[in-house]
Amino acid sequence: MSTAKNLNLINCHSCHLLCRAHESGSIAGWVCPRCGARLHFRKPKSVARTWALVIAAAIFYVPANVLSITTIVSFGSTQSDTILSGVLYFIKTGMWPIAIIIFIASIVVPLAKILILSFLMITIQRGSVRRRKDRTRLYRITEAIGRWSMLDIFVVTILVALVHLGSLATVKAGPAAAFFAAVVVITMFAAASFDPRLIWDAKESPDGK
Amino acid sequence: MIQATRLIACHECDLIHRLPLIASGKSARCSRCGALLIRRRKNSLERTLALALAGLVLFFLANAFPFLSFKLETQIQQTTLITGIRELYHQDLHAVAVLVMLTTIVVPLVQLTGMIYILLPLRLNRKVPRLMETFRLMQTLKPWSMTEVFMLGILVSIVKLAKMAQIIPGVALYSFMALIFTLAAATATLDPQTVWEQWNPDR
Repeated sequence: MSTAKNLNLINCHSCHLLCRAHESGSIAGWVCPRCGARLHFRKPKSVARTWALVIAAAIFYVPANVLSITTIVSFGSTQSDTILSGVLYFIKTGMWPIAIIIFIASIVVPLAKILILSFLMITIQRGSVRRRKDRTRLYRITEAIGRWSMLDIFVVTILVALVHLGSLATVKAGPAAAFFAAVVVITMFAAASFDPRLIWDAKESPDGK
Repeated sequence: MIQATRLIACHECDLIHRLPLIASGKSARCSRCGALLIRRRKNSLERTLALALAGLVLFFLANAFPFLSFKLETQIQQTTLITGIRELYHQDLHAVAVLVMLTTIVVPLVQLTGMIYILLPLRLNRKVPRLMETFRLMQTLKPWSMTEVFMLGILVSIVKLAKMAQIIPGVALYSFMALIFTLAAATATLDPQTVWEQWNPDR
């Protein structure tokens, strides 16, 4: 089982062209001859960058859930909603499928991304060799589901556009929208800065596992 | 730098594989971690080009015509795709407005025009500048094209407002729904390896 790195080959991150590095000397500043991307054996400072982004996302996750995401002014009365109270409203009015969709997209997915990436980084830093295929699969899931968290931001955008009838009914976006958008963007960058090959770089001990 | 053409490394676990010959319609996965290495599509370039051209027409329809209208008693609020973005911007959520604009309008347009810019010259055997760099940009931006998430957002909004007022769908809404399918199909039929292999180091 040989990897590109062991053979002194670099797999371009963006176009997957295999490039041969020189026997000696650094590859700093090298670019892929085909697509022009910078070449690295592994994504640079992957663990540190991903940790920084994951921690930032975890911090923003709090105001995103505590503050109001929409404020509805209707016939003079004002009602502010957080993400969770929006979900509870749908449960109360019996719209279970919508409640489940929003709950998963807005609350479960961002939290799952933060937890999964933290778990992957901890196991990498401990040099774990257990269940590497499953961990790679976890990463693949994290990468795929992240964009669906934008759902609530889009709902706010549409509500704000449609319900704009002065004192009769108006929806205003709350401060949580900005924090929540930040969580989505930061977790997407975190998933992109994580290098799944680090999972496979850990050396297996001589006695097997 | 020497290129090792007959080999391929898994982008998820770095394991080296000998590049197998893959018939169109078949795919190859990494033997160690199971990542998708290569998927050959039938007539990949032609199909993607056709879908991208159709998508571009739908994109203009979706942006030019009324999207949804909101009717409460006698008042009607008509919106286009850009209305919500402008409204967020006026409410001082500048970054959110820019993000929504990028993910629902700018990046999908870049994807569509990028596909045409790359595939049309390849099909006609013409050379265009910065072809590989353009394709790299498109691949990087791919996760930021969120038309299908936006569609789910529309459905949720309609359900949410249905009790409050009457929602009238416009021409642009149907165009946008069609755009989601053409864009998703164009992205799925485009097999990146086939585009990358058009690169000729000795040109």
